[in-house]
Amino acid sequence: MIAPTVSGAPRQVRPVGPLVIDIDGVTKLYRMGTETIHALRGVALKIHRNEYLAIMGPSGSGKSTLMNMLGCLDTPSAGRYHFNGKDVSAMEDDELAAIRNQEIGFVFQTFNLLPRSNALHNVELPLIYAGLAPHERRERARQALVNVGLAERMMHKPNELSGGQRQRVAIARALVNTPSIILADEPTGNLDSRTGEEIMQLFEHLYAAGNTIIVVTHEEDIARHARRVVRLRDGLIESDQTAT
Amino acid sequence: MRRLLYEITESIRIALTQIFANKLRSMLTALGVIIGIVAVTLMGTAIRGIDAGLENSMSMLGNDILYVQKWPWGGVEDWWNYANRPNIRAEDAEPLNRIIEATPNSELLLAVPVVARGAVVKANDNRLGNVFTVGSNADYGQLSNVDYVEGRLFNEAEANAGRPVCVLGFDVAEALFPGRSAMGEDVLINSQRYHVIGILAKQGSFLGLFSFDNQAIIPLVAFKKNFGTRRGAELRIKIRDKNRVTEAREELQGAMRRVRGQLPGERDNFSINEQQAFKAQLDPLKAGIALVGLFITGLSLFVGAIGIMNITFVSVKERTREIGTRKALGARRRTILLQFLIESVSICVIGGALGMGVAYALFYGIHLQMPALPVRFSSDLVVLSMALSVAVGILSGFIPAWQASKLDPVEALRYE
Repeated sequence: MIAPTVSGAPRQVRPVGPLVIDIDGVTKLYRMGTETIHALRGVALKIHRNEYLAIMGPSGSGKSTLMNMLGCLDTPSAGRYHFNGKDVSAMEDDELAAIRNQEIGFVFQTFNLLPRSNALHNVELPLIYAGLAPHERRERARQALVNVGLAERMMHKPNELSGGQRQRVAIARALVNTPSIILADEPTGNLDSRTGEEIMQLFEHLYAAGNTIIVVTHEEDIARHARRVVRLRDGLIESDQTAT
Repeated sequence: MRRLLYEITESIRIALTQIFANKLRSMLTALGVIIGIVAVTLMGTAIRGIDAGLENSMSMLGNDILYVQKWPWGGVEDWWNYANRPNIRAEDAEPLNRIIEATPNSELLLAVPVVARGAVVKANDNRLGNVFTVGSNADYGQLSNVDYVEGRLFNEAEANAGRPVCVLGFDVAEALFPGRSAMGEDVLINSQRYHVIGILAKQGSFLGLFSFDNQAIIPLVAFKKNFGTRRGAELRIKIRDKNRVTEAREELQGAMRRVRGQLPGERDNFSINEQQAFKAQLDPLKAGIALVGLFITGLSLFVGAIGIMNITFVSVKERTREIGTRKALGARRRTILLQFLIESVSICVIGGALGMGVAYALFYGIHLQMPALPVRFSSDLVVLSMALSVAVGILSGFIPAWQASKLDPVEALRYE
C-alpha cells in the first residue's frame, strides 16, 4: 500500500466523475523480425473524470504501450477502447488526431517544444489545429501561460527558459484545449528533484482544479503524488490500488 | 475551411522560419531553381526577341510589297535554271504600271524599279566603305512610310533629269558629318558629287544583319550614269490589300509574263518574292532554338527539383520528433503534408524570384551593351516562371511530404 500523503500532510481525494476511459481485453502485438512481442496481453482499465492516476512498471512491462494507447497515438491489436463513450479502437489516423487535439493533453519527458517558436506560439499550436481564430488563440494561450505561472516569459524561446519553465510551457500547451485527460510521460525525468517537485505541485493544483491526470513513471516518489496507482508487469496489470 | 486557412498560415510561418534558420542550406538548394528560372527566362526572352526582331524587320520590308527579282528568296538547288534568266530591267516598271492602270479592280497599286549596290561614300575626310546605294524613281517614297529627320526624297523632275541629289540613311549622315547636319552638304558616291537633300530617320536593322540606316538613295538615272546599266534591277510592287497576297501574286505573275513577252507554257523567267518566304525560312530555325531551349531549361529545372526533394527528405528526417509532437497535439496528415509542401514550394518561389532578379539584371546588362539586340522581359514570363517554381516545389516536395504525413506518431516521438 502506497502511503496516501505528501510530506506527511493530509491530502484531499476528490470524488470521481463520469467514466472517461474504458479499456477492456486490450492486447498489443509487435512484430520484431520473426519474433512476435506481446506488449499488452489483455488489459482492462476504467478511468473516471477527475482521477489522479499513476501508471508504473519496469521497462518492458508495457507501460509505454499502454500510455500510447490511452493517448490515442496507437490502436490496440485486439480488445476495445472507449473514450468518453466513443469507440476509438477502430478509428482512422485523422479521427484519432481530432481526439488527441480535443480530449488529450500531452506532457512529455523531453518537453517537445518547438525550438524556434516562443512560449506563446508553442501553447497556441493545438488551437491552430483546432481551427481557432488568431485573436482567440492568443488570448487562451496567454491565459494558460498565466495559469502555470509564466506570465513574464511568454515571448521567450525554449532555449531561453529553464527546464522547469519549459515543462510549464508544455503543461500550458496540454491544458490550453481543456482536454478530458492530461497524459504525462515521466514529466520530471529531465528535471532536478527540486524542480520536479515544483512540477508535481503544479499537477496537484491542476487536480484540485478538477483535471484528470495520468502520470506514467517508474519513480515511486512521483507515483506517490497520485491517488491511484496501476502497476504493470509483462503486459498485464499487476495491481491497481486506490488511496482511501 | 477556416481551419485549413490557419493551417496554411502556420505552415508558411514555419517554412519561412525554417528557411531563414538554415540560410546557407536553403540558398544552396534554391540555387538549382535560380539557375533553372534564369534559363527559362533567358530562353523565353531569346525566342520572343527573335520573334519581335523578325516582326520588326518584316515591317521594314513592308508586308504589302511584292518583289520581282531574278532569284527566289531562300535557297534553290537547280541554280542553273535561274542563272540563265534574263536580268530584270528597271525599264520593265513602266509597261507593268501601264498594265496595272489598264486592269479594272487591280490588286496591284504601283510598280517601282530599284537598283542597288554597295558603294564608297566620302565627305571631306570621312569615308564610308560599303554603303548600300539605292537607285530608284520618285515613286520610291510610296513603298513605305519612312520618316525624315530633315529634307525629302527627290521629286519626279529631279528623278527624271537624273539630278545629282541624294537622301542619306541616318548612320551615314552621322558618320560623314559628325556633330552637324548633312543637309545641303555635298558627298561623293563612287567619286561622283551628290547634294544631300534629305536624311532618313533611324530605322534599325533587318534581323540585326542588314542596317537600313546604312544607305543612300539617288535617282535611278543618276545611278545608271554612275554605275552603268549592266546590273540587274528589281521591281517592288505595292499591293492593295495585304490580306489578298495570293490574288495579287497571280495577277502580278500574268502581268510580268506579258511585260517579259513570255509564251504560254514557258516557265516564268522571274521570281516573285514576298516577306512570307523569309518567315518560312526562319520557322524551322526558331523551332530548333525553342526545342533546344526547352531541353536545357527542363534539365536545369529537373536538377533543381532533385535538390529540393533531397533537402525536404533531410528536413523530414531531422524533424521527425517535431512531426511526432505535432501529431500528438492534433495535426492531421493533411496538416503535415501541407507543412512540408509549403516549405518546398517556398524555397522554390524564393529561388524563382531571385532567378528572375538575376535574369532581369542580365537582360539589363545585355541591353546596355548591345541595344540593337531585341531582348524583351515581359510580364507573362514572370507569371510563367512563378508558376514553374510553384510546380517544381509541389512536384519535388510531394514524396517527402507524403512520407512525413504517414509517419506513425509513436515511432516519430521515439525517434532520436
